[in-house]
Amino acid sequence: MEMNPAKRVEIIIEAPMESRLTDAIERAGVTGYTILPVLGGSGRSGRWSREGQVSRAGGMVAITCIIRPERLDELLESAFEVVERHIGVVSVTDCQVLRAERF
Amino acid sequence: MVETVLGLAAQNLVSPIILFFALGLVAALVRSDLSVPEAAAKTLSIYLLFAIGFKGGVSVSAHGIDGTLILSLIAGTILSFALPFLAFALLRVMTRLSVVDAAAVAGHYGSISIVTFVAATSVLESQGITSEGYLVAVAAVMEAPAILSALWIVAKYSGNGSAKAREKDTQGLWREILLNGSIVLLVGSFLIGFLTGKDGLKEIESFIVSPFKGVLCLFLLDMGLVAGRGLRASAHQMRPGLISFGILMPVLGSAAGLAAASLIGLSTGGTVLLMTLSASASYIAVPAAMRVALPEANPSIYLTMSLGITFPFNLTLGIPFYLSIAQAVGD
Repeated sequence: MEMNPAKRVEIIIEAPMESRLTDAIERAGVTGYTILPVLGGSGRSGRWSREGQVSRAGGMVAITCIIRPERLDELLESAFEVVERHIGVVSVTDCQVLRAERF
Repeated sequence: MVETVLGLAAQNLVSPIILFFALGLVAALVRSDLSVPEAAAKTLSIYLLFAIGFKGGVSVSAHGIDGTLILSLIAGTILSFALPFLAFALLRVMTRLSVVDAAAVAGHYGSISIVTFVAATSVLESQGITSEGYLVAVAAVMEAPAILSALWIVAKYSGNGSAKAREKDTQGLWREILLNGSIVLLVGSFLIGFLTGKDGLKEIESFIVSPFKGVLCLFLLDMGLVAGRGLRASAHQMRPGLISFGILMPVLGSAAGLAAASLIGLSTGGTVLLMTLSASASYIAVPAAMRVALPEANPSIYLTMSLGITFPFNLTLGIPFYLSIAQAVGD
């Protein structure tokens, strides 16, 4: 199997910002991403849980996309315009993919 | 007068809806694992919005549209715009909150809590008091203007945050607020109720009338759990000034609602509902808007205040108090 290097970008952000972030990702030319619900966790603001949140305002989502390394800077710049003022975690991991033409 | 308020409050306190809210609150405070699944809570809220909107529409179709409807919508809009300024001024005097936090909290107090409104209609029904059905539409128009006031206060009094970044964040925000699911469902159900009238109600009466209070009990059980968890998590931030504000502001808001209702000439029931709307604080639409537009504001302060202090106050003592005042003024 031929493996190809890629970058896996994961952004955890407040649920109300989800559509703004996906719009920013698409503006950077990235059309493939996955959105996952976040059950809960702990951070600088203490522990929190999705259970018992009265509205989407208290929840978080995780948006993951896998891209070619050369597209990373453009994606991060676009995403960071949205993430900058908000609670969130941005991480980039090296990974390998099959079928490189899809990324 | 005081006896009437206390009598009504006592009656209200032993109603199933309040006791279920109390059960949720206590369960959360003693760290019980009782919880209402997220999807179930969402379903319950959809049911309540659909039922209250539809019944409001039917009521308007039965009684017809008059000038007070337009005046009530205008009054609701003005109240929603104006109350955050009063709230902000009070917060700056009573608490040590920053401008951004105070503005965010103030925005919540200009907007409304639809569940408090639903609870007030339930109390009116149990007392056999009728009200103007179009107050549902007034509730819908009161949701958003307060957010605009809060953002204006921040722009005027705070140097925090770059204006450009805030402008970017608020792009599309108004569409989201005005077309949020709660408002669409409430107004849509209201219009459907208005169009189909009593015949439409007859077709679905067994679904939206009899089970209504039972569903409200379950929903308030969940609200009690959420409020209790919020209080437990943020109790350390609740200073006396904030707690006092959380009780004083709804009383002042209700007074503004009473003044508006008297000017318009609403019935006793309508007056109670406008007072309740003016007294209530948002904990669904405004927090979401604030997370987008004012991310630097502390959500645990405004959510705990609106849901942990003002909501229980309105539910237990506020609504009976507003009802007694409205009856005293009406007599």
